[in-house]
Amino acid sequence: MINLADKNSAVRFARATCVIPLILFLATSFMLPRTIAGGFYRFEFPWIPDLGVQMSFMLDGLSVLFALIISGIGFFVTLYSADYLHGHHQTGRFFVFLQAFMLSMLGIVTADNVLALFVFWELTTIFSYLLIGFEHEKESSRASARQALLVTGAGGLVLLIGFLLLEIISGTYEISQMESVAPYLKGHPLYGVILTTIFIGAFTKSAQFPFHFWLPNAMAAPTPISAFLHSATLVKGGIYLLARFHPILGGTDAWTMTLVIIGAVTAVSGAFMALGQSDLKKILAYTTITALGIITLFLGGKTTSSLTAAITFLLVHSLYKSALFLVAGIIDHQTGTRRIDQLGGLWDSMPFTTFAAVAACLSMAGFPLFFGFIGKEIMYKGALAQTMFPILATSTVVLCNALMVAVAGILVIRAFLGQPGGDYYATVREASPYMWCGPVILGGLDILFGIAPDWVGRWLVEPAVRAIHYTRDDIELSFFHGINGPLLLSIITLVLGIRFYLKHQFLYKWINITFGKLPITASQAYDRISESVVGLGKIQTRIIQNGSLHRYFFVVVAFFVISAGYGFFSHCESFPSIAFPLISWRELLLTIVISAAVITVVMTRSRLLAVCGLGVIGAGIALIFLSFGAPDVALTQLLVETLTVIIVSIILLRLPRLGLKPIKYRPQRIFDASLALGAGVLVTTLLLAVLSHDLDRSVTAFFEQNSYVAAHGRNIVNVILVDFRSMDTLGEIIVVATAGLAGYALILNRRSK
Amino acid sequence: METILPLLCGTMAAASIYLMLSGNLIRFIFGLVMATNAVNLLIFIAGRISISHPPLIPEHLPVSELPMANALPQALILTAIVIGFALLTFVFILFYRAYQTLGTVDTESMRFAEPVEKEDVSDTKAMEGNGV
Repeated sequence: MINLADKNSAVRFARATCVIPLILFLATSFMLPRTIAGGFYRFEFPWIPDLGVQMSFMLDGLSVLFALIISGIGFFVTLYSADYLHGHHQTGRFFVFLQAFMLSMLGIVTADNVLALFVFWELTTIFSYLLIGFEHEKESSRASARQALLVTGAGGLVLLIGFLLLEIISGTYEISQMESVAPYLKGHPLYGVILTTIFIGAFTKSAQFPFHFWLPNAMAAPTPISAFLHSATLVKGGIYLLARFHPILGGTDAWTMTLVIIGAVTAVSGAFMALGQSDLKKILAYTTITALGIITLFLGGKTTSSLTAAITFLLVHSLYKSALFLVAGIIDHQTGTRRIDQLGGLWDSMPFTTFAAVAACLSMAGFPLFFGFIGKEIMYKGALAQTMFPILATSTVVLCNALMVAVAGILVIRAFLGQPGGDYYATVREASPYMWCGPVILGGLDILFGIAPDWVGRWLVEPAVRAIHYTRDDIELSFFHGINGPLLLSIITLVLGIRFYLKHQFLYKWINITFGKLPITASQAYDRISESVVGLGKIQTRIIQNGSLHRYFFVVVAFFVISAGYGFFSHCESFPSIAFPLISWRELLLTIVISAAVITVVMTRSRLLAVCGLGVIGAGIALIFLSFGAPDVALTQLLVETLTVIIVSIILLRLPRLGLKPIKYRPQRIFDASLALGAGVLVTTLLLAVLSHDLDRSVTAFFEQNSYVAAHGRNIVNVILVDFRSMDTLGEIIVVATAGLAGYALILNRRSK
Repeated sequence: METILPLLCGTMAAASIYLMLSGNLIRFIFGLVMATNAVNLLIFIAGRISISHPPLIPEHLPVSELPMANALPQALILTAIVIGFALLTFVFILFYRAYQTLGTVDTESMRFAEPVEKEDVSDTKAMEGNGV
């Protein structure tokens, strides 16, 4: 047994869970030969056979690339987290969430059935909620987790609508079969609706404008979670969705225009906001928004080069950004601060971390010999070839890359070179190998892939692009394309980036002032909306459930009067006739006496008179029963009425007198009286309507025929009660017994106090 | 005859609803007792009351040859009377206990489970202090 309460064994157990991503990574690697050759793997299992829904998975080039990124980074994050969380009392919980998240993420990128994809999509939302809110004692952490849950969860539900519409139109839940009906889908009147729902799902998940605000707030999560979820996996879910549906829904003007514009707005605003931050994690979060925006922008295109740019940059970004998040976590863990203005001179005490940070930052800045350079070159090629808005796309990408150069400069120069900033400097140590090995290897890959891009291009990028895009063009990544447009743009980017870096303190102030002047930010809009939902709930509760018995009862009776009254009067041809044929003096007298008693009970302020009135009513009713052939009922009524009057009297002796002012709010009582009158009129009318039809006496006839013959009883009413419907009578006895027990319990409860 | 009893039934229904809307537990009890009677009367009338011969089979015959009053609603009402009585008894005790605990018969002041927001906080505390 592993004792998770013991901290050392908890760490060892946590570290051991890295076997899961490792095995998955290796298994996915073995699929590479087939995907490189352009093939795919497909598995399916019965899931809900009655509805024709199956759990199906398909691994083609795109899925394999994503699966490798997810499981590969998952492996390093698991190793890293065991030491990062060392001593935390909920280590076990963290790793369960982490691995569960990873498995659901793998589910998203491999599912072929859209319903399965949706289920995995929502699972990642739930586990990311649990992971962001891992420090659940903190209010801010809970609020951030809730925000991420609401934004991405709402997006997921919208996405489900889109999936169902897709099924209705294409007749299949399988993504792999939808491609064949793509032209029909694109011409369908509901194409716009489907596109909108898919976009909302992707934009909420991948933090695109105007849903970007949850991502910086999600930095409340432990840093390895940010490295995993908020750079490489969760936020790439939306990107995956767009890429996956590119051959099915993509390539139209609406697709291109939306993605290019939203991507550009997201990328540029993210890049500027990144420069306005001083917290390392927030800087990285905003640059992630920029990267996601750029990928979205390129997915808007339909040329080979723009899709290659999207896929390549996806890989580039996953590598450097997760390395940088892990570095930020190491810095936080070892120095106790993440504020860029308090850091400096870490290079000589933390050599490995410095290496990883520098490699990742240079990749981010797109320096030659780093993988980021390859990514940037292919981006410029793609941007220049955009079929729509090449100028917008190109200038967006140049501007964003230049700002990324500045951010990379800030991270490397200020945190690692520079002057030692705080008092931590004397004691700061390098982190444990388990922590630095991840960023170092990821940083190393940035260099390796930068030097040997052909290999990456052929093995990873090309199969992924070919999975979503049919082309005869060559797809190759190479180190040097010759002196051409992209190279020129790269040089412009570097020069511009260096200028931004030199001005970054000015930019920091300017951005904070400018964004402070915005009338409303997306985050504030979210707050307003959630506040107004809560406010609406309060108002609704105050109206519907305000705690007033009078209100509840009034609503119930009013509903009865209106619905039954409407139902009756809208169907009846004529008002039931009111005739007074042959009223015998006996019944008339009874009616007058009972009515008088009723009026007395309503009007009186004397408790005694009211009880007498009730007694008269009960006895009068008993006499009515008696005079219309129901002696048994009359007898019971008389007995029960006597008991009731006795009990009411006993209770009334213990309750206060009726107030001298029984009518408190006069207008209110007028409403009450009209409602009561309406109910009374309705009861009479309905009863008269019933009486104007013939009665079906077949059930009674059966009892009359069989009472003596079958049950040997001459009193038919008694036979019904004790023989034909004896189970009902048993039920009745149980009700009486239960009421007695409950009443007894109430009295006992008082005595025991 | 078939017209005047429905009128009585409607009058009793209206009076009982008016009493139950009064906001006073004692009047609510009166209304409840009256409503029980009104509903029993309603079922009785709806089962037709044109024949006044009780549903009994004569001593020497297996099946009655005379038309009889409808036995079915009578059986239903017998059950209803007893169940209504059980309900009333329980409600009486419940109201009595509520009065003992909360010290009022005004239903609008019985805000223990659903206290009025803000302005009535002190009242709620007082009730909690009563040791409920």
